[in-house]
Amino acid sequence: MSNFFEKSDVSRKEAESIISDTLQKCDDGELYLENSKSESILLDDNKIKNSSYNSDLGFGFRAISDEVVAYSHSNEISKNSLKQSSENLKSTLKSVKGTYNHEIPKSNKKYYDNINPIEQKSLNEKIKILNDVNDYLRSKGDKVKQVTANFLGEQKSVEIIRSGGETLSDVRPLVRFNVSVMVEKDGRKETGVYGVGGRQSYDSYLKDENWKSVCDEALRIASVNLESKPAPAGEMKVVLGPGWPAILIHEAVGHGLEGDFNRKKTSAFHNLMGQKVASEGVTIIDDGTIDNRRGSLTIDDEGTPTEKTVLIENGILKNFMQDRLNARLMKTRSTGSGRRENYRHIVLPRMRNTMMLSGKQTQEEMIKAVDKGIFAVSFGGGQVDITSGKFVFNCTEAYEIVNGKIGSPIKGATLIGDGPSILKEVSMVGNDMMMDPGIGTCGKAGQGVPVGVAQPSILINKMTVGGTKL
Amino acid sequence: MVKDQEFLETKASYCLSLAKKLGATDSSVIVKNSISETVNFRNKKLDESNRSDDLDLSITTYIGKKKSSISSSNLLNDNLNILIEKCIETTKNTPEDEFNSLPDRDLFAKEVKDLNLYDETHIENNQKIDYLKKLEAAASNDKKIVNTESSFTQNKSNFVLANSEGFCDGYKTSSFTASSVTVAKDEKSMERDYEYSSKCFLKDLDDADELGKLAASQTIRKLSPKKIGSEKIAIIFDKRIAKGVLSTFASAISSSAISRGTSFLKDKVNQKIFSDKINVFDKPDMLKGLGSRNFDSEGVKTDTLRLVDQGILKHYLIDTYNGKKLNLKSNGRCGGTSNLYFENGNISFKDLLNLNSKSLYITETIGHGSNIVTGDYSVGATGFLIENGEFKYPINEITIAGNFKDMFQNITLANDLEFKYATNSPTMLIEGMVVAGK
Repeated sequence: MSNFFEKSDVSRKEAESIISDTLQKCDDGELYLENSKSESILLDDNKIKNSSYNSDLGFGFRAISDEVVAYSHSNEISKNSLKQSSENLKSTLKSVKGTYNHEIPKSNKKYYDNINPIEQKSLNEKIKILNDVNDYLRSKGDKVKQVTANFLGEQKSVEIIRSGGETLSDVRPLVRFNVSVMVEKDGRKETGVYGVGGRQSYDSYLKDENWKSVCDEALRIASVNLESKPAPAGEMKVVLGPGWPAILIHEAVGHGLEGDFNRKKTSAFHNLMGQKVASEGVTIIDDGTIDNRRGSLTIDDEGTPTEKTVLIENGILKNFMQDRLNARLMKTRSTGSGRRENYRHIVLPRMRNTMMLSGKQTQEEMIKAVDKGIFAVSFGGGQVDITSGKFVFNCTEAYEIVNGKIGSPIKGATLIGDGPSILKEVSMVGNDMMMDPGIGTCGKAGQGVPVGVAQPSILINKMTVGGTKL
Repeated sequence: MVKDQEFLETKASYCLSLAKKLGATDSSVIVKNSISETVNFRNKKLDESNRSDDLDLSITTYIGKKKSSISSSNLLNDNLNILIEKCIETTKNTPEDEFNSLPDRDLFAKEVKDLNLYDETHIENNQKIDYLKKLEAAASNDKKIVNTESSFTQNKSNFVLANSEGFCDGYKTSSFTASSVTVAKDEKSMERDYEYSSKCFLKDLDDADELGKLAASQTIRKLSPKKIGSEKIAIIFDKRIAKGVLSTFASAISSSAISRGTSFLKDKVNQKIFSDKINVFDKPDMLKGLGSRNFDSEGVKTDTLRLVDQGILKHYLIDTYNGKKLNLKSNGRCGGTSNLYFENGNISFKDLLNLNSKSLYITETIGHGSNIVTGDYSVGATGFLIENGEFKYPINEITIAGNFKDMFQNITLANDLEFKYATNSPTMLIEGMVVAGK
């Protein structure tokens, strides 16, 4: 736990009085303090390329009246700096008046331990694993031409001080281990990438030489791609594998169900509440409460405990994801979805772990049901245009399906679809829901936050595949 | 006010001397202060104000051929002492790499020219509000526009780069940026588009009225889009998308991708990779240029490079580490390109539209579909169908795909280059790409 005022010329009491004075005529707001420590150790091209450490400290002071947000941040926690921020907020909000909302739910639940993963494993141990990864992959044959592996670890302490001195705090560990391998055969090069992570120690993911399975998966994807042929172009049936392909859910509907876009009526979903937006049998939740997951949070960045929010239940749109500002303006409650990348950024409603729940069918049944289409197993990233609802994601491992059978691997291609209608095209939901391995980062308005996704295998009747083969 | 040179230099030299005392054989440090003030409007009303004051320091220490780095936003000497000690400790424990070193002494920038990158003018929030009011009034004039979000940011930065070889320099930069995102709606569809202007000097910023009108008209013309069938068709990239092709080219010729062997342009120097008439420049000393700089992020001098001459690749973008690995001298491109651009082609925009009886004009792409290892390209796209030189109707929910190796050989450029971003291209036509639609 950080004591943010220990080395500062401003005492906690003085800070509280500046906060209360600034926010007294506002509807909401808080002082958000953050102290984060992070490390990155990178092996690349047979060498430890980079070992770096970052220590970041700062505050973000926010005042909200009606729809107007005033924000000021600095990395100097001092009386002068706080006062300057306070003046800046007051000048923006001088003409508006509000009534401070003191209500903030309480919970004692915690979804990860108070640990510093960076200190739990020595630098030498981490370097040894990276070198072992390099040796292991390069021992797999001459076709392995390049290996990159890295550790990313972080401990972030946050404290939220509200008007009146109410204080909420959280300490968040986060780690990630990534492997990328490039293979070459007959002059053709392909890469495969895989990683694991979450809010636990490195050892929770890597003990008993478990890093080998991460290497094997990266190499398997790269090797499959060496044999790939050009992807088809046009509309066809698509079977998605379980787990990480759920970034389809994240892009296609997740962003469109964030409170801000719906309050502003810029989301293609804003007038669809209570209506059927997906096939029967499709249930999608956004859950911040799964132990140790990358997207989980004990409290969000406004201090609200996170929860399991049902977004779509059996095809019907039930809830949006809300932070305090959008919840107040839409006359509902925060779902504990208010997040920010760090103290430099304002809070936005964001996803946590977005999951489509299991149905009854098997992946085998889905493949059998397809005459001509593709089976997509692994993905790079995705993106959505909230307003038109069009979204894309990039396959990194996919196969053609011909007459109910899986055929040759195909080259990476972009798939494009329409968010509000794609879930109505889901004709089978698998019984094999799986979480992603813990590597996702979601970008919105220039802010990246760690998220998770999960889904079972699904069959989509019609999607456009962006290949080159007509 | 951003911190002055003296403050930044004092911090930098404190770090360098402490690192030396603790056993570093070499070290380099960057100290940077950046102050931004933003006002956001939504639907003609004040929506958000945001002030940020960021002070950051990062130091790299070397012990022989061992290297490590730290960065922090907490510049109190107490904290720096702890961090530099930690950095030295980590350096000792990091394996040697024969290519680790500061740049060669003769490559450091000797003179720092005034490139006109800093405007003293301070624009108060109420002046930003006046600009945004005018902008939003123009943007929301048409009743098809149902939402407007606009923003005005002033940024002032200052930095010092110093190292144990005696290099110590830095300078102030400023930027003024206005943008407007509009949403238009009709019975069939809802669409979004934007316009943007960013300049070093306030007085050069686009007129608020013009910017708002442009954002609105670009959005309205996208309404009621159609999906087309899959086919091979000539693609015309709007300037704002065409510059992305140059960015991919720049990543593919970065010395790190080349030395690691992960670029489709490896070993292509002195070979023809573009069509005959294509010339690409990277010009760091452009006055008021959004990508201008006096030296790269290692302090190495930067000269103008003619990267592509008549279609032939002439240079990689080289930093010290990867240069040593490739046995090449750094050309001052640590941190990437400066003002990167395609030289103008020799036909007008109008003639470009008329080159084919049917083509597709792309105004936006989504997705991260550029693979620099293989050169494969596949992204989602939005745009317009062009027939006989005329914009026929808007198109969406399609993808465009190809391979850069082929695409580069099939580029025709218009003569409408302007310097709106740090990386710029005239309107670009590429033959032979595949569109996937219905």
